[in-house]
Amino acid sequence: MNLKMTWRLRLFHLFNYGILSLFALLCMYPFYYIFIYTISSPDAAGRGKVTLLPIEPTLNNYILMFQNDGIVSAFAVSLSRTVIGTLLSVFVSALFAYVLSRKQTPLRSFMYRVTIASMYLNAGLIPWFLVMKAYGLNNNFLLYVLPGAVSAYFVLLVKVYIEQLPSSLEESAIIDGAGYFTVFIKIIIPLSMPVLAAIGVFAAVGQWNSWFDNMILVDNQKLQTLQYLLWRVLNQSEAIAQAMQRLDTSNLNKMDQVVITPMSIKMTITMIVTLPILLVYPFMQRFFVKGIMLGAVKG
Amino acid sequence: MKPRTSLLLMALPCFILLIAFSYVPLYGWIYTFFEYKPGVSLSDSAFVGWKYFEIAFSDREVFNVLRNTLVISFLSIICSPLPVFFAILLSEIPGKRYRNFLQTVTTLPNFVSWVLVYSIFFSIFAVDDGLLNQLLFQLGIVNEPTNLLANADIAWYFQTAVGIWKGLGFSAIIYFAAITGIDPEQYDAAKVDGAGLFQMIRHITIPGIIPTYLTLLLLGIGSLLSNGMEQFYVFNNALVEDKIQVLDLYVYKIGLTLSDYSYSIAIGMAKTFVSLVLLFIANWIAKKVRGESIL
Repeated sequence: MNLKMTWRLRLFHLFNYGILSLFALLCMYPFYYIFIYTISSPDAAGRGKVTLLPIEPTLNNYILMFQNDGIVSAFAVSLSRTVIGTLLSVFVSALFAYVLSRKQTPLRSFMYRVTIASMYLNAGLIPWFLVMKAYGLNNNFLLYVLPGAVSAYFVLLVKVYIEQLPSSLEESAIIDGAGYFTVFIKIIIPLSMPVLAAIGVFAAVGQWNSWFDNMILVDNQKLQTLQYLLWRVLNQSEAIAQAMQRLDTSNLNKMDQVVITPMSIKMTITMIVTLPILLVYPFMQRFFVKGIMLGAVKG
Repeated sequence: MKPRTSLLLMALPCFILLIAFSYVPLYGWIYTFFEYKPGVSLSDSAFVGWKYFEIAFSDREVFNVLRNTLVISFLSIICSPLPVFFAILLSEIPGKRYRNFLQTVTTLPNFVSWVLVYSIFFSIFAVDDGLLNQLLFQLGIVNEPTNLLANADIAWYFQTAVGIWKGLGFSAIIYFAAITGIDPEQYDAAKVDGAGLFQMIRHITIPGIIPTYLTLLLLGIGSLLSNGMEQFYVFNNALVEDKIQVLDLYVYKIGLTLSDYSYSIAIGMAKTFVSLVLLFIANWIAKKVRGESIL
């Protein structure tokens, strides 16, 4: 009996390691494949020779891309919206959460209910589109950062967290004559860092990954985000032609000029869009997990 | 300044932003009752009442779109136990380092955009220079390239698989957290009573996470009609459009591709109302069955 159990247990562990590792490989390999594709000679890559290791490693693809003004500008736009949008969203959502957590706030329960209801009332695409235009946010950088400044979900998470904080620090500060805003900046923000980091990471990923607002409301090239640039390159042959024309190939030798392929351009931009997430993500992962757990406490 | 006034002053800009971006757009619903054309003011547009809702009911494409939406939602509900199994298996990996590694790697796809997901799938499944076809050719398995991205017969399943690839690891986190929250004494007691691993999974772990699973399942009822538009927008092409045009994508197409604002708003509005009703039904069920609300 005991022997049989051990045998079944071993089989289970073998199966368990196998299936989880296989799925992890499926999640990881595509990123690896695109990476080695972009640093291999485009000729070998185009013939399907690159599957496990790069062939004739070269950084030509990346050098070319970073000489392209369009890509550098799109990178700067994406970075700006990520930094500004995240800071704004975290600060405003936290401020609102703090005010809603104070019993003295006038209209507190009314404002709280309005906030919660906004999670379920979805106006839909066209009304949103028309209102953004009416606000003059089309072709405007503010379109990227203002609409997400108050997120009902973030407000809820931070409010739950603030309500668990001990009130003694705040009370003594108020007795010493500090105003509520000072208390928020000097006491509440430092004490709420774990939850603020969690929502900050969610906001940052959301900002970096956004492209739809860019597509429907911004046609100014100077405000083009990296994600939307990638989408255009993936889809429009003329966008690729444009990108290739603008590439400065003069400091490459003749061979390399011939073999720059549309696929290698697509893949290289894909990697440029992914790299910031790949580089930052392993350090941020514990914040994601924390954020989800905080949400689960509420649910 | 009175303390109450300063709190109100702090709340005001936040509240105004909330109203401006979550509630003012609701006013746009009014356009659906007019023969609205871009560039013409509302007062110059003819009032048409519920005309666009009536059109929606007789629009054959709406039925096709609803079928796609419900089939795809249904497929993802069928697959909803997968993250539960994944979390259970993960919790049985003894080494903490390898477990963390697995969790980090499998949640990664959730944090890349749909454009990137499409680009990744394109690099692997593209007809001419995709990795899969290159490999199949080299191994001599096929003579004709496969084109999974443009195969209408498998489009529903393919999109479900894409969704699983992107979301499985992330959805599992919450179940994994629920498992970590189970009192270890239960396992110790079971061991003393001679329970094996499988018995502990069946009688302790699974009952421990079922409430979380059911809550999420019920919440999911409220989003039966919302498959999201980005996934289907990026994977759309002429060959699979019939199968993957979901409600959110149809609203986009009618509104921004065909510029028929009034009709698009009617469909979006109907969707919001039906979703709200479904959510209340789910909440009512939760109250009846579990005695607590999920909202």
